[in-house]
Amino acid sequence: MANEMGHSEEPQKNYLNASHTVKSWLLTLDHKRIGLLYLFSISIFFAIGGIYASLIRLELITPQGDLMSAETYNRVFTMHGVMMIFFFLIPSIPATLGNFLLPLMLGAKDVAFPRLNLLSWYVFMVGAILMLITIMSGGVDTGWTFYPPYSSIYSNTQVTLAGVSIFITGFSSILTGLNFMVTIHTMRAPGLTWFRLPLFVWAHYATSLIQVLGTPVIAITVLALGFERTLQIGIFDPKLGGDPVLFQHMFWFYSHPAVYIMIIPSMGVISELIANMTRKKVFGYHFVAFSSLAIAVFGFLVWGHHMFTSSQSMYAGMVFSLITYAVAIPSAIKTFNWTATIFKGSVSYDTPMIYALAFIGLFTIGGMTGLFLAALGLDIHLHDTYFVVAHFHYVMVGGAIIGYLGGLHFWWPKITGRMYPEIWGRISAAIIFLGFNLTFFPQFIVGYLGMPRRYHAYVPEYQVWHVLSSAGASLLAIGFIMPVAYLAWSLKYGEKAGDNPWMAAGLEWETSSPPPTENFTYQPVIDHDAYEFEHVKEIKEAAAKEAALQTA
Amino acid sequence: MADHAAHVPGLAHHFVSMEQQKEAGTIGMWLFLLTEVMFFGGLFLAYTIYRAKYPDGFLQGSHLLSVPLGGLNTVVLIVSSLTMAMAVYYSQLGERKKLLGFLTLTLILGTVFLVVKYFEYAEKFHHNLFPAYWTYNPAADHPPTQYHGHVQVFLWIYFMMTGLHALHMIIGIALLLVIMFLAHRGKFTKEYNSPVEIFGLYWHFVDIVWIFLFPLLYLTGYHVGGGH
Amino acid sequence: MAEHTSEHHIVPLKYYFGVFALLMVFTALTVWVAQFDLPGLWNIIVALTVACIKATAVVLIFMHVKWSSKLTQVIIIAGLFWLAILLIMTMADYLVRGGWGVLGVQPN
Repeated sequence: MANEMGHSEEPQKNYLNASHTVKSWLLTLDHKRIGLLYLFSISIFFAIGGIYASLIRLELITPQGDLMSAETYNRVFTMHGVMMIFFFLIPSIPATLGNFLLPLMLGAKDVAFPRLNLLSWYVFMVGAILMLITIMSGGVDTGWTFYPPYSSIYSNTQVTLAGVSIFITGFSSILTGLNFMVTIHTMRAPGLTWFRLPLFVWAHYATSLIQVLGTPVIAITVLALGFERTLQIGIFDPKLGGDPVLFQHMFWFYSHPAVYIMIIPSMGVISELIANMTRKKVFGYHFVAFSSLAIAVFGFLVWGHHMFTSSQSMYAGMVFSLITYAVAIPSAIKTFNWTATIFKGSVSYDTPMIYALAFIGLFTIGGMTGLFLAALGLDIHLHDTYFVVAHFHYVMVGGAIIGYLGGLHFWWPKITGRMYPEIWGRISAAIIFLGFNLTFFPQFIVGYLGMPRRYHAYVPEYQVWHVLSSAGASLLAIGFIMPVAYLAWSLKYGEKAGDNPWMAAGLEWETSSPPPTENFTYQPVIDHDAYEFEHVKEIKEAAAKEAALQTA
Repeated sequence: MADHAAHVPGLAHHFVSMEQQKEAGTIGMWLFLLTEVMFFGGLFLAYTIYRAKYPDGFLQGSHLLSVPLGGLNTVVLIVSSLTMAMAVYYSQLGERKKLLGFLTLTLILGTVFLVVKYFEYAEKFHHNLFPAYWTYNPAADHPPTQYHGHVQVFLWIYFMMTGLHALHMIIGIALLLVIMFLAHRGKFTKEYNSPVEIFGLYWHFVDIVWIFLFPLLYLTGYHVGGGH
Repeated sequence: MAEHTSEHHIVPLKYYFGVFALLMVFTALTVWVAQFDLPGLWNIIVALTVACIKATAVVLIFMHVKWSSKLTQVIIIAGLFWLAILLIMTMADYLVRGGWGVLGVQPN
């Protein structure tokens, strides 16, 4: 807290300055420090994935495959997908913001298993290092989906090593999910019943469910693929009696719910941002809470929509298509509820709110185009085209990453004790929004016109769309780099933040910025619902001051 | 609030009570077992699909396995589950000697299981029934497995499922040794014994997996040739 | 607000011995039945039923679930449910594809 008396400031003891040695960071059991360890690592992996993306967009400016050979291009888009999905998106919000905030929001001192939490980061890093070794050995060229028989028999790249890396990284995800579920079940503060929890917590509970139930299946799939490749067993090889489509079933059983691991936490963030930036209770709290769970459960029943053209039976396809339409409903419920929350709220257009508004628009586009793909007949035309690429980037980048950035900005003062420069926050949010749309909207069009995905050469008719897309990508890259710069700047020069600069509701705002290592210096007891702004100390004080001025 | 004066032995600082800690540990283990169900589940899926497709291959493949040895292992694991449950019982009563005794019995039985498994696998390798060039035995009567047609499908499922199960047994034994060491040191009392119980959950789970593996792998082909 | 748990209960030894006896009897039973070639799918049905009974006994008594919190029981049901999703929905594809086993559509 800034010292108004002008005395030389003695910094309050908090989790950041509690100890300074490298060992105290690398062997920390503090969930807040572990969240920062993850933040640091995933930012690096995002940069690597981003470099691959730049190479893709560079190549696609011209119709000819002139920047790299087809084989190299295969490796580039594969590694882009692998890095972004496994090493950025899946950990992103849960491992950084989730780790940091969950115990604070629950009024607990830490997660249930702090040592498992630290272990999950180390396991993540081991998996990541193995993937970096894979990259340095030339990468993998199978697509991030690793379909056999190409991946098991014909590819000459480091498929097995990549498989081992993903197997190991999966455990990190499982440990995080398990930790969160136990923490939420057993460590809520007195008075904090389930329906008083912030929606961020509900979202992370739903995400943890998916992590715990789905990740083991990708683990066994990748293990089986590894055995197939090294021992030629015949699990997926038709010559030996196997079925390559079985791989697709097992792979997508996890990988579809995985996309919900990526988006549900972001939705949790958006709930917090909208409530606090419009100073209004989230409309339909119960519906939003249950829809997180509904998405998690329904998300396990739709994986076949990735396999409509795989020779999967048409009847199974119909079932998967129908349920895919159903899974859109809870997401739509959330979107309507957020919009209703904003209505007649007191909206402040700070950077987090800009991201939240961007999310609503972009996620809606991404979600609706998912419905295009859920339609069996239409998917025959659109499968494996750039339409799919545009769809998932709208939800993954326009949804998940936008939510992540919004949350990062919103909780930055809590995490670091410093405010970021608001003007730069808004400028980069605008650049990201413009750059993103310019990059990916043309991809809907070019995909619909027939441009296949994973191709580095294409017919000249498509070029205009690709040039627009690549131009957008340059803008988007600038937009992503800017926060790195000004957030780092703010660590030293940013304005010092008080306990609750946003006058937001939530237990995390009732402790200092940054929080002390044990989170609270008292035992929080809850006697009200979430988002009850009358209970926020700063709002009460402001209202009292206002009242005093009125009567004076 | 941070009252360091009253330190309950075995209570971690971030929990408010022993009850909360025990509940967290128990639920944590059950969630972990949930992940194990899904992990083995993928292999059970493969089993189901390929058995439906190759009923004869599965019959013949299963017939290659020894029901007496499989049955012996089943009995060994069931007894080990009993001794583990009794170990938990005595930990709850705070009887250290009996706790250690039953943990030791569990350890012995678990080891017996693995020894039997080793002999089973060795015999398969000897007959070239394991699909890898580095175990190829030129003196055996069977050519390498690839030529066994759909029996091969059964065999890789057998090796993957029992191999994964054996790996879990090995991990279980390692954890059991840790529990035994702690018990020997007197760490477990009437008030603090949840690690024994939580470990027991893992041990029982590994037993349950075998309860399903035994009939699916060993008994499928038992009736071929009249039950020999 | 920790969920209520009833873990102070110490299970009497006789439950353990009872379950042990049940497990041994059912093991012998399943081996005995397996030597007969029963018509249709009965072999696998009997085998799986026996295995399920044994597993249930282990879960309820050895793993104390009979005396555990509701949450534990929900976790177990959830696990079985999810396993069922994996098996049933995938099999649904295979069974209607044709040429895939006795239960499914036969190729013409």
